[in-house]
This record gives sequence, C-alpha cells and structure tokens, in this order.
Amino acid sequence: MYNLKNEKKLATRDGFGKALIRLGEKNKNIVALSASVGDSTRAYEFREKFPDRYIEAGIAEQNMIGMAAGLALAGKIPFPSSFATFLPGRCYDHIRQSVCYSNLNVKLVSTHAGLTVGPDGATHQMMEDIAMMRATPNIKVIVPADALEAEKAIEAVAEMKGPAYVRLGREKTPVFTTEETPFEIGKAVHLRKGKDITIIACGLMVYYSLLAAESLEKEGISAAVINMHTIKPIDREAIIKAAKQTKAIVTAEEHQVNGGLGGAVAEVLSQEYPARLKIIGMEDRFGESGNAKDLLEKYGLTEKRIIKEVKKLLQ
Amino acid sequence: MGYDDLKQHAKDIRKKIILMLNKAGSGHTGGSLGMADVFAALYFRVFEKSIHTDKEDRDRFILSNGHINPVWYAALAEAGFIPEKELMTLRQVNSRLQGHPANIDIPLVELSTGSLGQGFPASVGLAIGYKMDKKKSHVFVGLGDGEMEEGSIWEALMAGAHYKLGNLIAFVDRNMVQQAGKTEEMMALDPLKDKVEAFNWTVYEADGHDFKQIIDTFEKAKNNKKGPSFIIFHTHMGQGVSFVLDNFEWHGVAPDDKQKEQALKEIEEK
Repeated sequence: MYNLKNEKKLATRDGFGKALIRLGEKNKNIVALSASVGDSTRAYEFREKFPDRYIEAGIAEQNMIGMAAGLALAGKIPFPSSFATFLPGRCYDHIRQSVCYSNLNVKLVSTHAGLTVGPDGATHQMMEDIAMMRATPNIKVIVPADALEAEKAIEAVAEMKGPAYVRLGREKTPVFTTEETPFEIGKAVHLRKGKDITIIACGLMVYYSLLAAESLEKEGISAAVINMHTIKPIDREAIIKAAKQTKAIVTAEEHQVNGGLGGAVAEVLSQEYPARLKIIGMEDRFGESGNAKDLLEKYGLTEKRIIKEVKKLLQ
Repeated sequence: MGYDDLKQHAKDIRKKIILMLNKAGSGHTGGSLGMADVFAALYFRVFEKSIHTDKEDRDRFILSNGHINPVWYAALAEAGFIPEKELMTLRQVNSRLQGHPANIDIPLVELSTGSLGQGFPASVGLAIGYKMDKKKSHVFVGLGDGEMEEGSIWEALMAGAHYKLGNLIAFVDRNMVQQAGKTEEMMALDPLKDKVEAFNWTVYEADGHDFKQIIDTFEKAKNNKKGPSFIIFHTHMGQGVSFVLDNFEWHGVAPDDKQKEQALKEIEEK
C-alpha cells in the first residue's frame, strides 16, 4: 500500500502538471488558467501542449476565478491555479459566490500551500485555506499526500461534477504511495493497522505519521495511520471506527490547528463518538522565512513531534 | 418599426417591480425601475430569438449588479420564462426568486450574483469559452455604475480587451447614484468613457430610456467584431415614479402600500 523506502522525491504540484496533460489529451473541454505563476504551479506544462486551451489571467486572481466560472458556463472544465495565499486567500468571495453558490464545474488548484513554501516567509505560507474552503458549501476539499496521489486527485476531480479544491505544495517530498494505493474522493485510506492509537493525517504529514508509527512500533506502541486526503466530505465512518478500535486519535496537518483536518475530525468525534484527541498543526500563528526542514522542526510538524504527542496521549 | 409594444412592456415590467417589491417588503426599487426600458428592449427585441434555453449556442446574459434582479425577474415573467404569479414569492422562503439572483433552477439565470464585481469576470470567461468553440452568439453582461468601483471590474476590462472578445457586450446603468450617495461624490467614476476606451474597449453611449437608441446601440455593438463593446446607458434611477426618481435613498427600499398605489398610478399614466 505504501513504500517508505522509495527514494524518489517530487512536489505535489508536479503531480498536477502531469495529470492535467493526461486529462487534456483525453478531454478537449479541459482548460487551464493561471495568474502569472503558471511556471510555478505547473500549468505551463499544459500550456506547452495545449496553447489554445490555456488562459493567462495576469496578476488578477479574482478575475481568474470569474473567468473560470464563465468557462464552466460555456461547458468547459476549468482548472484555475495559483499559490494558496492568493487562491483561495485573495479571491475567496469570488470562489464562494461564482463557484460554490453557483455550483459550477470549476476545479480550483492551489500550490505553495503551507509552511514548506519556506524562504518566501509568512505572506506566502497559506495555512488557513482548508478552514476557508471547508466552511463553504458545495465544494470538495482534497489534500494529496504525495505527487502520485496528487495525480490521482486531479483526475478524480475532473471526473466528478461540481466545485473542487485541491491543495498542493511547492517542496519536493517523498513519493511513498504506489500505483496500487487506492484513491477515491471521500474515502480515507487506512495505510497502517494499529491497536493503541490512530494517527489521522493529510498532505505531507502522512509521510511523517508513517515514520512515527514505525518508530513507535519499536517501542511497543501500535499506531494505525489513516491518510485523510479528502477533508470534505470527511470520511466519518473511518474516524468513528478508529475511535472505537484504538484508545486515542492524533491528527497532523500543515495548516492552522483551527478549522482544518483536526477541526473536521473533532467535529465528528465530539458529536458521534467522543474520544481523546490531539490536533497537531500550526498553533494559531504565522510562519517565517527559513528552509522547509528548519521550519517544520521549529513549528513542530515532524515525526518526532507526532511520537511525543502519541506518548503523551497514551500516558 | 414603432416602439409602442416596448413602451407597454416596460410599463408592465415597472408595475411588476412595484408589486413584487411591495409584497416582499424589501429590495432594490430605484435601480430596477431605472433599467426597465433596457430590459424591455433586451427581452422583446435584442434577445427575442436568440436566448431560448433549447438553443445550445444561445446568446447569454449575466446580471453583474445582481441587486436589480426585480427588473430581470419582471422581464423574464413578461417574456413568459417564469410564471407571473411566482413574482409575488420574491425574497420569501422556499422561493426560486432569491433577493439576489441565484442559479437555482430558473431558466436563463445561470450564475449567482449579488456580491458586486463578479458577474463581469464570469462573462469574460463565458465569452472566451464561446470564442474557443467558434460559436457565433454573444455574451451580454449588465453592470451598475457604483459596481465599477470594485477592482475586479477593471481586471475584467483588461482581460476582455486582451482576449479581443468581439462576442462580449457589457452595458452599464449609468444613473450617477449608488447606495449611500452620488457616484461622483462617493468615488468619482468620470470620465467613464475615456477610462474604458483607454482599456481598449469600443465604447457607445445612449439614452437608456429611448428605445430607438437602446436597440440601435445594441445592434452596433453586435456588429463590432474587433473587440469587446461597452455601452454606457444614461438612465435615471426610479424612472417612471416621481418620488423615487434620482433619489439614492431609494437604492434599497421597497414601496409601502400607499407608495405602491401612487407608483402604479404614475406608471399607468405615463
């Protein structure tokens, strides 16, 4: 189901670029938009192949979302992409009304989400986007764990009807899922069985959760790991089952502790099957410049931190 | 061709606006009345054969300043797209007719608008989509002049010209007022024509209460294939009802029973 020994590293945004070209070959209605960062979001790879189906929005994210809504009205399947700080950050109102309330077939793709953007600093380290998008009706919210899963996610959102948000990163990260790892929107992936505790993670933190589980195993703690790639609709059954089968739950995400994956899990647990929970994420503050590794270390988004919280919870 | 039928349709549309807003007890009276002539011309001349839902490449219309939707709903009812008696459900629970346009199962209402500065960007995308598919039809979008203070309007103006959208026709209700005052006092928009021309659009000006001018201008804009067209309709907010006329305080107020009777009488007599 996964392979922690694979040495290949790729950014999730690379998965987007690759999958979009495949989709473009299959379906002539696929169009891509970007707001002057198409080289970074990988939308340019699509432009190279299908110049007539790439629309440059310039540095104007609000208009890009509007154009995407209009393209959907024309029967296209638009993939607008930009950095998460701008999409959804800059253009949230446009996403809410023109895409979500209008319930149009627009596939929003944000890249450069989270702390791992690194040296660009807090302005570009978007860690509130899951909360924003999760609070908005009609849209599905997906956070792939690696580049391969990002490919699957992009193909899956193109297949479904209606608004979707896919959150991707800039930094190269280990590709640890395999072609065989299942991916279905709304269905959590139980990567590792365990009886003491369940770690529920998304994005980059899934990899660290697996590493943490391996270390814990050596210390006699049996930790299950769930890849909750879809934050909305959240897989309630998987969460409840985990609460029933293990003693406590830890969530881990590269996002604020407020309103993200941890919040979604807490909502399910508190209302349906109260269980002990620790939410690991950004502690209600902004990041800073630095390389990704140092930042993850400083703000506690590591394998070590997960191990620490698991032990604390099981004491 | 005479315009007596349009005059009558505009009258009926204005009456419907008054009746539905009085029933609703809230809503935007001034701007709706002011655009009744343009909407009569749209649905009984400009769109007459081109906008029906069974046509795949029909002309499309988006209302960017969504708050004047009473005039749109009234025109849709007048043209037979929605049942007339449904107008009386405006703004009430379980109605399709929301306080601002919502694309919930209403024919020809395809995008939800209300938060300003959003319908216009969508019309640009729709026109790009039509152009990609080499469709011959047009995309129309209605704007408010106050709405043009939103930054995204100017983003869309740039994009419309950049993509040389000869199939896009924007028109603005230039009534010189917005919710809390006169546009030129709130945030000066003039010289509007020069500004939009500087953004590389072809700009037309017309009296938004003169049917001949309205129709001729839309015709000219349709024939302009070299790039996007922008029509400035000079209008009076509240046209047809003396106590609403040019009075910004009527931006978002509905007529009470007494005002309703007075308004219906004035509209009939005009």
